[in-house]
Amino acid sequence: MSTISTDTHQHAGPHDADHGHHHPPAGFKRWFYTTNHKDIGTLYLLFALTMFFIGGLMAMVIRAELFQPGLQLVQPDFFNQMTTVHGLIMVFGAVMPAFTGLANWLIPMMIGAPDMALPRMNNWSFWILPFAFAILLMSLFMEGGGPGFGWTFYAPLSTKYSGDSTALFVFSVHIMGISSIMGAINVIVTIFNLRAPGMTWMKMPLFVWTWLITAFLLIAVMPVLAGTVTMVLTDKYFGTSFFDAAGGGDPVLFQHIFWFFGHPEVYIMILPAFGIVSSIVPTFSRKPLFGYASMVYATSSIALLSFLVWAHHMFTTGMPVFAELFFMYCTMLIAVPTGVKVFNWVATMWRGALTFEVPMMFAIAFIVLFTIGGFSGLMLAITPADFQYHDTYFVVAHFHYVLVTGAIFSIIAAAYYWLPKWTGHMYDETLGQWHFWCSLISVNLLFFPMHFVGLAGMPRRIPDYALQFADFNALISIGGFAFGLSQLLFLWVIVKCINGGKPATNQVWEGAEGLEWQLTSPPPYHSFTTPPDVK
Amino acid sequence: MQAPDHLPLLRKLLIITVLMFGFGFALVPLYDVFCDLTGLNGKTSTMAATADRAIKDQQRTITIEFLAKPDPKMPWRFEPEIRQIQVHPGEIKVVHYAAENPTSALMVAQAVPSVSPGQAALYFNKMECFCFQRQTLKAGEKLMMPLQFYVDPALPEQFSTITLSYTMYDVTQHSPAATGAAVYQTGK
Repeated sequence: MSTISTDTHQHAGPHDADHGHHHPPAGFKRWFYTTNHKDIGTLYLLFALTMFFIGGLMAMVIRAELFQPGLQLVQPDFFNQMTTVHGLIMVFGAVMPAFTGLANWLIPMMIGAPDMALPRMNNWSFWILPFAFAILLMSLFMEGGGPGFGWTFYAPLSTKYSGDSTALFVFSVHIMGISSIMGAINVIVTIFNLRAPGMTWMKMPLFVWTWLITAFLLIAVMPVLAGTVTMVLTDKYFGTSFFDAAGGGDPVLFQHIFWFFGHPEVYIMILPAFGIVSSIVPTFSRKPLFGYASMVYATSSIALLSFLVWAHHMFTTGMPVFAELFFMYCTMLIAVPTGVKVFNWVATMWRGALTFEVPMMFAIAFIVLFTIGGFSGLMLAITPADFQYHDTYFVVAHFHYVLVTGAIFSIIAAAYYWLPKWTGHMYDETLGQWHFWCSLISVNLLFFPMHFVGLAGMPRRIPDYALQFADFNALISIGGFAFGLSQLLFLWVIVKCINGGKPATNQVWEGAEGLEWQLTSPPPYHSFTTPPDVK
Repeated sequence: MQAPDHLPLLRKLLIITVLMFGFGFALVPLYDVFCDLTGLNGKTSTMAATADRAIKDQQRTITIEFLAKPDPKMPWRFEPEIRQIQVHPGEIKVVHYAAENPTSALMVAQAVPSVSPGQAALYFNKMECFCFQRQTLKAGEKLMMPLQFYVDPALPEQFSTITLSYTMYDVTQHSPAATGAAVYQTGK
């Protein structure tokens, strides 16, 4: 037992085996060799931000092409590569690493741990990611182009009709998967073993709870994804017939295996967002979270149900009516725990002393817009209706509402909420409000009309469309460009905040509660080297 | 403070990871068994059926539609003699499919059936089918291939039309029969 008694002491405990150094080395080595959870969290977040802009550029290419009917800027083959890589980058390069970055920064500080439990593995799980995405992005510049079969890489598109870049796609997904699994294992071990004395399960902040459940989802389904891409690899290059009817396989099997991964993956991308919003809303309502225990149970039941609904992505593959009904009702059941959460957030705000700083604005926008995405999800869950909506822009509208105004908005909210803690400076509130309002208006101009063109039958993933959709698509594209440009404001706010600004207090926000707010802003390089006492 | 021992938990989590990787592959045979039992994916039995359930039910009439196409990379001509017929459940029928190998080399092909709606696959009994074996055609050779079937009278009421679709795949490269013969090259 170290004799150091203060939590926020500037130097590491001399006997602490995990930290061989008191001060980080300078320059590149600091970041490349780092095992510090704060450094790695920063790396993850900056990487996610970079990928967000790269994937965003691809979305701009898509929207520029769709600005008018007919083919103007790109050929269909390149258009397909843009939709595919946009999806892969946003899912595996932006949203998931951003959440892992937040987990790295926040979980040890929230549970009073000195660092993540497995710091060297932590370094690995970050530093293999840039290689994965370098491989994926480089394949776009190769002869024959990058993957163009959609991020869902359905067989036989990926096994029979794909280019030579498929092997690179498979290896990059393998590396992303290994990175996510290592990150998830680290989160679980940290939360199980390193909680401060007195931090019982039902005292953990909700962000920690949601991440713990997410981590279990990750280790349950990322290996299945790894298996799926491996089967695609052997089908394409080594003569196996997992998905090839000629050899006794079945292409529909691909969809079952993929969506067995794919649906829990959807919750991997939203459960931490629930945790973030559950941290922000009480702070700016100056009230404790309404229904803490029900939030924990709701999150767990969403996670369990996510394993029973995968075939709602495949209603049109010719399933028996019984199976269609089963998956329809299971899917609708998920609305119950999700509704519990939404009502809990609203009840938390009820009669609270509300203020509307930027994190709160994004959190409220999350609650409203994510709920819209949830409702369109319920519509898609209705089997007979899904036959009409399947593979139209209605689906695109649905999952962009839950992923952009859901997951991405929560990440932006988290960035605004914890930036003062991380950097020690307050961000520029005026610029932040501009960022919020520009994003809010443009994102709805971007995604809301997609519902209408989808219901009218415009198919997704096609570079051209019928003339009747021209006006709506022009509006959607303008919304898209405006949303893309608005994010440059976000970049400006972050750069400005890192470089200076009004010093932040330890608590930062008047109503903030939790261990991380007891540390200085910015927190010391090694925090909680002696565990705090949790009452 | 004594650093907690992370190894036992780490080991358990790694085991879960490996098991789930295996589970992904285990889904393949599980899916096959599941489909055999339920007819979920429209695959018919690869074994010849016996006629013991062929008890004719004059009350019902079922429309059977026949579709046949060669795989896009396959140069054969392959089509059914008739497009559709009406049958009573339990009635044994024989229809023919025409195949022609227009290339200048010996080729071996395998037809893969699919029944739609999928649940009807369990009630579509084939007593003899060209899809039970591989078909070998010499250069320019034509062949009429028989299919003898009946619909099980236990077919649930809601089905009045059954579509039987065949896709003909080139399996020359994987076929010992073609060894040494001049082999037609399709695609890769």
